[in-house]
Amino acid sequence: MGRYVLRRTGQAALALLGVSIVVFALIHLVPGDPVRTALGTRFDQELYDALIARAGLDQPLLLQYWNWLTGALTGDLGVSFRTGQPVTSALLARLPATMLLAFAALFVGLLIALPAGIVSAVRQGKPIDYAASGFAQIGVSVPDFWFGLLLILVFARTLGWLPPSGYVSPLEDPVEAIRRLILPAVTAGVVTGAILTRFVRSSVLEAMSAEHVRLARAKGMPNRYILRHHVLRNAWIPIVTITGLQLATLLGGIVVVEVVFAWNGLGRFALDSVVRRDYPSLQGAVLLIAVIFLVINLIVDLLYARLDPRITAS
Amino acid sequence: MSGSAEPRAERDGDDHSEVVLSVRDLGVSFGTKRGRAEVVRGIDYDLHRGETLAIVGESGSGKSVSTLALTKLIPIPPGRVTGTAHLGGTDLLSLGEDELVHVRGRRIGFVFQDPMTSLNPVHTIGRQLTEGMRHHLQLSADEARDRAVELLGKVGIPSPERRLDDYPHQFSGGMRQRVVVAIGLSCDPEVLIADEATTALDVTTQAQIVDLIAGLQDDLGMAVVWITHDLGVVAGIADRVMVMYAGEVVEQAGAVELFGRPRHPYTVGLLASLPVLGDTERGDLAAIPGLPPGPTALPEGCGFYPRCSFRDDPRCATERPPLREVTPGHLVRSFYEVPEEVARRASAATRIAIEPPDARDEGVA
Amino acid sequence: MSAPQDPQDPREPQGTPDGQERRSDEAAPPPEERLQTADAPSEPRWRETLSALLANRLAAAGLVILLLLILAAVFAEVVAPYGFTDGELARRLEPPSGDHWFGTDELGRDVLSRVIFGARVSLQVGAVAVGISLVLGTLIGLVAGYRGGWIDAVLMRTMDVLFSFPVVLLAIAIVAVLSPSLVNTMIAIGVVFTPIFARVVRGSVLSVREDVYVRASRSLGASDWRIISRHVLPNVAAPVIVQTSLSLAFAILTEAALSYLGIGVQPPRPAWGLMLLDAQGFIATGAWWMSLFPGLAIFLTVMSLNLVGDGLRDALDPKQRSIIQSRGVT
Repeated sequence: MGRYVLRRTGQAALALLGVSIVVFALIHLVPGDPVRTALGTRFDQELYDALIARAGLDQPLLLQYWNWLTGALTGDLGVSFRTGQPVTSALLARLPATMLLAFAALFVGLLIALPAGIVSAVRQGKPIDYAASGFAQIGVSVPDFWFGLLLILVFARTLGWLPPSGYVSPLEDPVEAIRRLILPAVTAGVVTGAILTRFVRSSVLEAMSAEHVRLARAKGMPNRYILRHHVLRNAWIPIVTITGLQLATLLGGIVVVEVVFAWNGLGRFALDSVVRRDYPSLQGAVLLIAVIFLVINLIVDLLYARLDPRITAS
Repeated sequence: MSGSAEPRAERDGDDHSEVVLSVRDLGVSFGTKRGRAEVVRGIDYDLHRGETLAIVGESGSGKSVSTLALTKLIPIPPGRVTGTAHLGGTDLLSLGEDELVHVRGRRIGFVFQDPMTSLNPVHTIGRQLTEGMRHHLQLSADEARDRAVELLGKVGIPSPERRLDDYPHQFSGGMRQRVVVAIGLSCDPEVLIADEATTALDVTTQAQIVDLIAGLQDDLGMAVVWITHDLGVVAGIADRVMVMYAGEVVEQAGAVELFGRPRHPYTVGLLASLPVLGDTERGDLAAIPGLPPGPTALPEGCGFYPRCSFRDDPRCATERPPLREVTPGHLVRSFYEVPEEVARRASAATRIAIEPPDARDEGVA
Repeated sequence: MSAPQDPQDPREPQGTPDGQERRSDEAAPPPEERLQTADAPSEPRWRETLSALLANRLAAAGLVILLLLILAAVFAEVVAPYGFTDGELARRLEPPSGDHWFGTDELGRDVLSRVIFGARVSLQVGAVAVGISLVLGTLIGLVAGYRGGWIDAVLMRTMDVLFSFPVVLLAIAIVAVLSPSLVNTMIAIGVVFTPIFARVVRGSVLSVREDVYVRASRSLGASDWRIISRHVLPNVAAPVIVQTSLSLAFAILTEAALSYLGIGVQPPRPAWGLMLLDAQGFIATGAWWMSLFPGLAIFLTVMSLNLVGDGLRDALDPKQRSIIQSRGVT
């Protein structure tokens, strides 16, 4: 177990180093002078010089990287080309919104996928299985932003039950926060739920076909008991893994849903930075999201190892 | 046939012992896209207390299905089971799932082929050993645990108290199969079905498991059904042997009789294909050429006809041979018998298997 | 991102009648049979694969929809009732009618025609992007798997890094560097999907590399290229084909998302994602047809590709499921 944790953590650290290089390279791959491009028509020599100096763009490349990396490690991601404000504080201000949406979407996804996946596996080949599999097939093919638009069209514009967009912090107004959370969470949650449904179904089916389940039946254990202790208990392991990976995907990939619902999260921040050519902000956002993504993946793998006694022991 | 095989012969004739399981006209079929596949057809046998019945055949012969079907351990539908199977006073085949749950594991224990997959990797062996006892015998956790320790000791697992909380992957293949045997025995079943229970094991471990079950059987007085494709495995322990081919019984007799004077060409073929240690005379192993027919494409005449090297009767190709009694207790499904000297040559292998140097039958004698 | 024991391995049990009788003694082919399969590498049997694919009703339906879409895209000028820029301001924001089956947009352009021309953009971007990842990924996977050693380590660790980014985010970052355009969208998506192909190909190469026939040809002095083209590529083909169809679906979805975000295909090209971006501004006015039809087109295209991909996977390559990935598992 110890060696596995060490090896897996080492891998993640290596990937993280690679990620940092790619993110650092972003600003240097932009054709032309990124600061000049960013300032555009607002060009002002004084501001220009200050930004160049602050970003260290006048230094040798390796030194720049070193400074940027050590800065990032201590929480300093530079200042925005647009606002001159520290990128880190801007990111931290957006993080809660993204986390809230991602967890809410995962919750909706699991609410759909666990019953749908388990029932369709247990009733394999029955109408309910076809219904669940059909839902999953539709769900993985539907573009989430379109689904979001349709939800807005129906529930916000036509029926007027829910607000169409905007993020409100649950600390300020819990009721309004939840009302605004519902549509985006359902949008991202249905797609997540479809992906998870397929996975839960196949995991349960695989667990059901195991030889030890046959022995449990031959032992005379009741079906309900077998489902709980010999099928689901075993299927949990891959399901927990994939759920963790989905959370990582949601945290990193929820950009589109954030845009549909004008949700002030990290994804929308990253997109705005692209449009405004605010490269330090983009770098910061990409780095933060990639780090979250990697760390969750790492946690998932380690959790997997804990859940499976075979790995724990070896 | 003499020496150590003798006591078995006596038990063969022991008709007074109580019949535990009585199977009549057992049929199993599966609905498939190409019509119903008759996987098991018209099987009859009585299993006595303390007796060992070996069901032998190639994979696909229906030998496993015929026993799994007794407690509906096959998928139904598409499977369908017909006939009767009386265990004590009840016809198992008339029972529903709710009642069968109290038969499986309680009155009929099972040991399956592959110890590497028969145990659930995420539960301790203690848990897997006690769950059946707690369910069937309503034991408390402590009582079940005490009994589990006792059982593990019985099946030869050293320091059972300590091993109870280990996971399956911490055991070797042979040790795992001992655990599976312990599970099969845990509720004192009247019948233990060992379905290819040694096939996945190496030769030494095979012999250990065979001896273990035979020994426990004598202690506990249960009946054992050994299902195997390997006549060599059961040669030393079976009281009676039933040879199955394409879903039918082709030959059935007491072990000594069957190994000494096989009469069906398929049985002879199986015996001839057994390896014999130190035998240089027979040359290459004579494997039976060809494959058994599929359950949806049974030939019109004898099922074995396409692969048979005797075919001594014109009816073989066109008529299904009946199961006829050639000597008391010896049934053969063929129109003729394999000549005695051919049969003797073929069964040379089992002479060694039946007369093992370590005299397995001590307990009986 | 693979867990120790890959969770993507849904070997669904088949309800075979002899399910209970299937034992390892018959699962393992006898030695002679095994040698035979080793002599003749399991080249995809195209005819059997196609008939298996068509026998799968869902996959066949997907194939039909896909063919119709391709025809519509190729013959858009013929099929579409109007040009994609033809607008009649007097008839803007009209709901579906006999003249305009899918209604008109804010400039009075025919939504149906734009959806048809949009198929061309989507399929083009999808095909070129996946083409890029297919070529790059196959090359990288082949070299990494075949050469092994430090080359393998460097290449695959690089792929791991690309794999460490969420898909849409990486595409956004690439577009940010390259500036938004049709071609750059293709490049961005192409790069994003390269690691998956590299992994699939490398996995297949490793599994055949040590097989009997490759060892045999090597000892006979065959050149690397000959071994790769004769023995390795045919074995890699099946998983790559399956991955291609599933990646196409995801690539089209990603293109639509990027265009919707305004950083993909640029106007006046009629990309479905762009049309949805336009439509969002008119949801409040009740112009539901502007958002319904382009989205439906994306959905149908993606679903038909997914159905074909799933069908191909079942027909060609049931065991490769562990590596091949569709949407969701990044």
